[in-house]
Amino acid sequence: MTAEGMPLLEARGIYKYFGAITALRDVNFHVNAGEVLGVVGDNGAGKSTLMKILSGLYTPSEGTLIFDGNPVHFGSPRDARNMGIEMVYQDFALAGNMPIFENIYLGREPGRKIGGLTIVDHAKSREMAMKHLDNLKIRVKSVDQNVEDLSGGQRQAVAIARATAFAARVVIMDEPTAALAIKEVGKVLDLIKSLKDHNVAVIVISHRMDDIFYCCDRVMALYQGTNFADAPLKDTSRNEVIGWIMGTKDHKGSLAHDRVH
Amino acid sequence: MTGSIEMIANPTLAKFLETYGIIAVIVVMMAVLTWTQPHVFLKIDNLTNIIKQNASLALLALGMFVVIVTAGIDLSVGSIMALAMVALSIADHGGVPWPIVLLIGPLIGIACGSVNGLGLTILKLPHPFIMTLGTLYVVRGITYLITAGAPISGLAPQVRYLGQANYDFGIFAPPAGLPASLFLVVFSAIALWFFLNRTSIGRHIYAIGGNPQAARVSGISVDRVLVYVYTICGFFAGLAGLLLAGRTNSGFPNAGIGIELDAIAAVIIGGASFFGGRGTVLGVMAGVLIIGLLRNGLNINNVSSFWQMILIGVVIIMAVYLDVLRRQAAVRR
Repeated sequence: MTAEGMPLLEARGIYKYFGAITALRDVNFHVNAGEVLGVVGDNGAGKSTLMKILSGLYTPSEGTLIFDGNPVHFGSPRDARNMGIEMVYQDFALAGNMPIFENIYLGREPGRKIGGLTIVDHAKSREMAMKHLDNLKIRVKSVDQNVEDLSGGQRQAVAIARATAFAARVVIMDEPTAALAIKEVGKVLDLIKSLKDHNVAVIVISHRMDDIFYCCDRVMALYQGTNFADAPLKDTSRNEVIGWIMGTKDHKGSLAHDRVH
Repeated sequence: MTGSIEMIANPTLAKFLETYGIIAVIVVMMAVLTWTQPHVFLKIDNLTNIIKQNASLALLALGMFVVIVTAGIDLSVGSIMALAMVALSIADHGGVPWPIVLLIGPLIGIACGSVNGLGLTILKLPHPFIMTLGTLYVVRGITYLITAGAPISGLAPQVRYLGQANYDFGIFAPPAGLPASLFLVVFSAIALWFFLNRTSIGRHIYAIGGNPQAARVSGISVDRVLVYVYTICGFFAGLAGLLLAGRTNSGFPNAGIGIELDAIAAVIIGGASFFGGRGTVLGVMAGVLIIGLLRNGLNINNVSSFWQMILIGVVIIMAVYLDVLRRQAAVRR
């Protein structure tokens, strides 16, 4: 896999312009295999733009992406996906009218290919889904259940299962707990942590400090389109990270919201 | 990960009822008709008639179903059917060999359907209603133009075959028998079932109906699939034109005015969701049969055709209302 100390996915000197607006300015980014990286920042700080560049939806105006030590160019999300970079969307992006196993393999159905058409092998798809869910320790009553009959946490689990179904190496998660009931948040966060055991690099965008401090190894803050701070989780604190989001450094408890307690 | 929300007690049973409940409706209808008109309804001539009269509708409904699964609509199928009919009739009168004449109907359907699909996706019209409403007028206009509004009668027997032939299998007394159109409809339904349930594109069609965004982020080219969908619908409309031309021995430009609504009704009565992603081929066939039995039953009981319209309207509303009730029950549990 990756050489010792070399990041799995790296972005160097990324600029992104939208007309006259500079969304990202000289952003550097890296994530290692088996690492959960939290990305924080206020609305408009450039988190989504950066993630869309990493997942192939946008191309950077300047700068390079390096994957597994090689410079790469993503023309579309499909290119990124083929390299093993997957995205999990905030609203799950699942087809509620279809069963779990079909959602996991949607667009990549196993079966016999005839021209552009695949004769889908549902039995194999079911079996693969059961094995994969088992592997991730996700328990569902049946892979034949329609996704619309699942709870938010179960849907998020299916979305994560879909993202990791084909040897994913990087999984980008946009606000993975935003749409969940509180009692389900913990399970999803545990699932995210468990992806580390599969040597997957996970990028979690979140506003919730609880999420970040529960499941991440490192946290990175963007502020107004630039790198602001980056630290292993053990070397920082909630208050400091909140300070980063607001654009203050070396923040040790002097701001008003700290004294509320 | 275990869910906190209680699931339907038995999803297999729920699915079974959802799929086969409608068959019970048909059995009841047939029982009632047998009871009211025992000497007319069950006669082979009458049953054959029901099938023949509704074969074109069945094909239109199959095509419409594919479109409705994607949460779309195709208003132009009646016009496409009429254009296919008159075009193949003109070709037949012009001395074109019959094997080519047979292909003309479906090919015109494919051409019109792909125009619908491409127009919808390339022009980015807000809803397929608009595109197909446009082609409803355009295609009907072309049909009138090329015929000057007059029907073209008298077709070669080979061209008429699919719409008119009966197989007596040595069991039925000729001219009674199982119509060729029945076999065409059954074959089409099975082929469509296989396509929708066992092929990747078929599953993508359902996924688009369920959540187009999910389809898109799964790498499915939604626009391309939609072009296929409207092309398939057009193909069935063209095939329906071939059947109707065979049965009526003519191509008449007024054919199929308003039949798109019958097709939509059959699909909806058959349990497909107007909002996409839900429905079965079997249900659609049942929907066609319900409409056919209703019309036939009222005819043989000497009820005015005006009542048929009222009843079909009531059946549509009741069918969808029952579906609403079923869904509410499923959610409450």
